[in-house]
Amino acid sequence: MAWTRKDLLAMRDLDAAEITLLIDTAASLEEIATREIKKVPALRGKTIVNLFYEASTRTRTSFEIAGKWLSADVVNFSASGSSTAKGESFIDTAKNIAAMSPDVVVVRHSSAGAAAILARELKCGVVNAGDGAHEHPTQALLDLLTIREKKGHFDGLHVAIVGDIAHSRVARSNIHGMRKLGMTVTVAGPPTLIPPHVQELGVKVAYRLEDAIRDVDVIMMLRLQQERMTAGLIPSLREYSHYWGLTLDKLAEHARPDVLIMHPGPVNRGVELSPEVADGPYSVILDQVAKGVAVRMGVLFLLAGSRGSGDHA
Amino acid sequence: MSSSPPKFREKAEVLDESALDRALTRIAHEILEKNDGAKDLTFVGLRTRGVTLAQRLAQKIARIDGTTLPVGTLDITLYRDDLDLRGAPVVRGTDIPFSIKGKTVVLVDDVLFTGRTIRAALDALIDLGRPRMIQLAILVDRGHRELPIRPDYVGKNLPTSRRESVAVRMREHDGEDRVVIEEPEEA
Repeated sequence: MAWTRKDLLAMRDLDAAEITLLIDTAASLEEIATREIKKVPALRGKTIVNLFYEASTRTRTSFEIAGKWLSADVVNFSASGSSTAKGESFIDTAKNIAAMSPDVVVVRHSSAGAAAILARELKCGVVNAGDGAHEHPTQALLDLLTIREKKGHFDGLHVAIVGDIAHSRVARSNIHGMRKLGMTVTVAGPPTLIPPHVQELGVKVAYRLEDAIRDVDVIMMLRLQQERMTAGLIPSLREYSHYWGLTLDKLAEHARPDVLIMHPGPVNRGVELSPEVADGPYSVILDQVAKGVAVRMGVLFLLAGSRGSGDHA
Repeated sequence: MSSSPPKFREKAEVLDESALDRALTRIAHEILEKNDGAKDLTFVGLRTRGVTLAQRLAQKIARIDGTTLPVGTLDITLYRDDLDLRGAPVVRGTDIPFSIKGKTVVLVDDVLFTGRTIRAALDALIDLGRPRMIQLAILVDRGHRELPIRPDYVGKNLPTSRRESVAVRMREHDGEDRVVIEEPEEA
């Protein structure tokens, strides 16, 4: 099958064949990381703009390395200290960037739907690198690639996603991706952090960590953002960590011996993951980061390497 | 080897199973002769049928010389000069699990046509290290070169017209060992 979309906005938009194509493409690009000369000419002469309205080290760096390994010119545009601070609107900024003829714009924004607005306004490809609590498709793709490599397949796997489901774009993108690939998903967290009607996404819900992690193949722990506490959604970090933090003892008692522990980062050590778990043998957290570059190379290649990306606004 | 939207029908058989096998046997001997044996030789096949041909050549050399040579797989998608013309193609990955530094690499493909694939393959190989020498083995040279590229070993020289297509069929992929010329079906 061939890639036909101009943009990558949400896992929800994709079908299983498209997700598989993205993961396969990423998997074939992984070997570039092992080369002495980490550069292939695939996107020579293409320009990629990283438009980040929210702080991000990992994702922005990952896109930047991915673009550079494919020989594209990568330009970083961060909102602080730029025209946004001078009062320019999002769409005006977008139009100004479009006038410079990029081939792909990678956007992160705190508002859900920001990437979709940009995709509508721009003729070039747009990659959603996280929009509010909506979606973060490249994170889900790198999680899926990690799972496939470690488990060998997706069929019938059961994944527990634990933590702040309500505010997590990572959870939402993963739920859509995993369900489309035939996996079973259980979400778990304190009731204040579980969105109402989440079952409509086709997931099971657990309200105790012990119930969620029993017999699953993968445990995906989410980052607890400290501002959830000030918003009154959890009583204290200590209490959260006591009930929802993953420790070696809880793993040994309730989880399968071959379980994978994943985390989208950055990890709050001692809150959602104990350091022994984060650095332990079950953890594939750094594999996820490495796979992130491969996934972003795959996405940029499919978007910028395709016909039609040459004509601009 | 170029297959495009119009349907093709078989026009003539170029090599049958035994002729294809003889051509490979001859190339294997030529490789050993030209390189004074199998020392420091490696094979790199171009996806997909070039890899199969490289494996067959390696088997023949093992039979003749007793040396087992490594065979790598090269995908040149990321090095194409026509990405914009084709739409995003499927990348299937390069797998060369040995160092080519200082080695003689025999690059293997099924059909040599414009030479653009080989140009891309040379760039891709050199990005992986600095081989001592690169040689080119081709099953069918059909002419129409657009670049100054010439094979070192040729199974069969085959004058073709541009509208024709050369199909190399191999047991591992197509259930038979045969090379045929195809021409577009008239509308």
